[in-house]
Amino acid sequence: MRREMTAPLLSIRDLSVAFHQGGKTSIAVDHVSFDIGQGETVALVGESGSGKSVTANSVLKLLPYPSASHPSGEILFEGTDLLTAKEPHLRQVRGDDISMIFQEPMTSLNPLHTIERQIGETLTLHQGMGDKQAAERTLELLHQVGIREPEKRLDAYPHQLSGGQRQRVMIAMALANKPKLLIADEPTTALDVTVQAQILELLADLKEKQGMSMLFITHDLGIVRKIADRVCVMTDGKIVETGPTRAIFEDPQHAYTQHLLAAEPKGRPPKADPTAKTVMKGDDIKVWFPIKEGFFRKTVDHVKAVDGIDVTVKAGQTLGIVGESGSGKTTLGLALARMIRSDGTIDFGGTRISDYGFKQMKPLRSDLQIVFQDPYGSLSPRMSVSDIIEEGMKIHFPKLSREERDAKVVAVLEEVGLDPATRFRYPHEFSGGQRQRIAIARAMVLEPRFVMLDEPTSALDMSVQAQVVDLLRDLQKKHNLAYLFISHDLKVIRALSNEVVVMRFGKVVEYGPAEEIFENPKTDYTKALLAAAFDIRTTDAAVVNE
Amino acid sequence: MTDTDLVYEEVEKARAAQRPFLSPLNQRRWQNFKANRRGYWSLWIFLVLFVLSLGAELIANDRPIMASYQGELLFPVVIDYPEEKFGGFYAETDYRDPFIAEEIEANGWMVWPPIRYSYQTVNREIPEGTPAKPSWLYDEETRCKLYPNGVDDTQCRLGNWNWLGTDNQGRDVLARSIYGFRISVLFGLILTLFSGVIGVGAGAVQGYYGGWIDLIFQRFIEIWTSIPVLYLLLIIAAVLPPGFWILLGIMLLFSWVAFVGVVRAEFLRARNFEYVNAARALGVSNRTIMWRHLLPNAMVATLTFLPFILNGSITTLTSLDFLGFGLPPGSPSLGEMLAQGKQYPGSPWLGLSGFAVISIMLSLLIFIGEATRDAFDPRRTFK
Repeated sequence: MRREMTAPLLSIRDLSVAFHQGGKTSIAVDHVSFDIGQGETVALVGESGSGKSVTANSVLKLLPYPSASHPSGEILFEGTDLLTAKEPHLRQVRGDDISMIFQEPMTSLNPLHTIERQIGETLTLHQGMGDKQAAERTLELLHQVGIREPEKRLDAYPHQLSGGQRQRVMIAMALANKPKLLIADEPTTALDVTVQAQILELLADLKEKQGMSMLFITHDLGIVRKIADRVCVMTDGKIVETGPTRAIFEDPQHAYTQHLLAAEPKGRPPKADPTAKTVMKGDDIKVWFPIKEGFFRKTVDHVKAVDGIDVTVKAGQTLGIVGESGSGKTTLGLALARMIRSDGTIDFGGTRISDYGFKQMKPLRSDLQIVFQDPYGSLSPRMSVSDIIEEGMKIHFPKLSREERDAKVVAVLEEVGLDPATRFRYPHEFSGGQRQRIAIARAMVLEPRFVMLDEPTSALDMSVQAQVVDLLRDLQKKHNLAYLFISHDLKVIRALSNEVVVMRFGKVVEYGPAEEIFENPKTDYTKALLAAAFDIRTTDAAVVNE
Repeated sequence: MTDTDLVYEEVEKARAAQRPFLSPLNQRRWQNFKANRRGYWSLWIFLVLFVLSLGAELIANDRPIMASYQGELLFPVVIDYPEEKFGGFYAETDYRDPFIAEEIEANGWMVWPPIRYSYQTVNREIPEGTPAKPSWLYDEETRCKLYPNGVDDTQCRLGNWNWLGTDNQGRDVLARSIYGFRISVLFGLILTLFSGVIGVGAGAVQGYYGGWIDLIFQRFIEIWTSIPVLYLLLIIAAVLPPGFWILLGIMLLFSWVAFVGVVRAEFLRARNFEYVNAARALGVSNRTIMWRHLLPNAMVATLTFLPFILNGSITTLTSLDFLGFGLPPGSPSLGEMLAQGKQYPGSPWLGLSGFAVISIMLSLLIFIGEATRDAFDPRRTFK
């Protein structure tokens, strides 16, 4: 795929990366080759663990040497091999010719430095600018990356900015020295969909203006289609297919690419039965956190995380709650599950549980289960799978004998599609998707009527997401479960929900049958959300967050 | 119920997968511990020494382990026999008394421990004044000078040697070292165990519940820790009769605080972990959450501290003994031995023995503790 006209800007030839730990050597990147031409955007696509980030980090030699090494390959940047380059030369290249944007804008900025200082540092370091000059250029950059009123933002600290603004600052830092190549490592994964759309448009725009090349690393095929000229598909450390974006999407050759393209959560929920019994009903739910000020900690105001919301969940049906981060969707879910204090009445299967304390809730807990977002965090690393699943049973079915409990564990593991023989292993031996199945098994073994699913798919790879969605749908059908499904991912919501609540700032923006919301959204906010999620397109800027 | 039968069949099949004795995590830790050769060897040496010292009565004692007298099998180590039994008049038998010894030997036999002194047995046959040199520094004649039959006396034998000399009261230094080692280690272990239980408990409650409980307890602990412990110990030791358990109690009052900080921090950090929330959502009670989900997190930090607390306790006990405010007079105390070493600079065996025992004991414990800490450190990689 070499461009005939000019030599490529960056040329990776036969690159391998090996990690050594505890006498074992694992190959993370296995003989990978690709080129990035002048002004070209190449996307490196793959699921977690495919080696795409490791490849990107080796370009600037940012790996943890010496526990990482390169058994083979060269990385030619404008004809110089970066792998064998000396450290001073590398420092020159880093941040000057090649710069990088990382995934997590929360941790990539130094919390103790102002925005001005963070951006100014690269300017003074690489271009030898004076303070005044640097300040002017910083302002210009902030303007360029679309931060409103940049003069006021110069003295701000990272925590005073929103996630999107922080990522814009990161981009400003990366662009400060007009790099020839920008490496973006999942730059939008931690952001809300509407912000993601803005950032991607900004990047495309800047690239056009400055004539940079871009190496874009992502797992999200929607983004690839939108932004890349060429795509390299990676799995298990190898590039299995490369080609122009359009060709890859329209006519994928390799089986893995086909699998990846087919992996989006599909299907629709079964038709809702209008006569189904109501399992959970919340009326005027409010969760207000007091803001206290002064010596006597007087309450001066409230953060209204959830502000007067009515919801109804029926047996065998799913209520999807959609919203961007900070919209209060998880808080609402936790309030309904009586995990946090709230005002308003909550009615669970005919019992008013809104006044129940921890003790009174205990017998009801088996009917009312929660599956958490992060399958890495929600399973105790020190308990075996069997212990994890048995824990709830010991409380709610204390009469079961050890053998009976074990039989139930085996049955539920089969049900969620895991091999029961693995039940004495520990969570770290399982992949993300398998862990989420364990978390689901832990909830299902108690035979609940209502399950709150708090972003159960967002920490998972796309193809695993689809499997988990299918599993949840099957379980719902089999046990007539009521789901409260919380997610920021509209694709997943669409695949599962009968009804949808769109939340923003603790309030309901739109509430109705899923079909209607997706096909015919009424409010501008919902429209913007759908445009950003399905087409990665920004709409009128006034309705969404920055 | 074919369904259940099926499930049970599945269970039978899956039975092959059994619960391992040690969880993989602990197996890894044990491997890591073993990888630290110094810590691993220290553990074995310490265990051997400790087990041996637990049986100190069988190694260094002033009475036989077993004896046969007129056809009757006796166990003087565990049972006190009155002297009347052997024709004497005291309530307790002094088996080292030549009269009794001869009487028993004539009518049976005795099995003596390798060292025929207990920690408070006074050797009356030392050739010169106390503190006496180690026996191997004397020639045979001097060594047996005070025995009734001189060099030919049956009692002037290896078992009656003072391998490390005697202290100023004619008590065998080796016997006192063995008993002193035992009492020091036991004191340290018991104190560490109790302060661990109290400290971890207090830290757990503070960290888990937070808020006012935490605030009030933290202030209390700040005040408590600002008390100068050693001076207070001296004052209390002057009022209360000194003894093993009283000293333990006084030191316990202050030593538990060391654990609170780390455990509290761990609990504060971990109480909002998602798997803790998940357990709450299952209806697991607070106490179980603390015990099952949070305590294992805190144990790593606690174990890191443990060897230092253990060594600290032993050092404090020794220094109190050194100052004369420790264990009651007559107890086998290493601190007292050191004090005597200072008092008699001409008798280096006193100071050297005390120094050797204490330094070996503390070093072994620190090496073990270091290896344990490294083994529990998830970030550390081993070659």
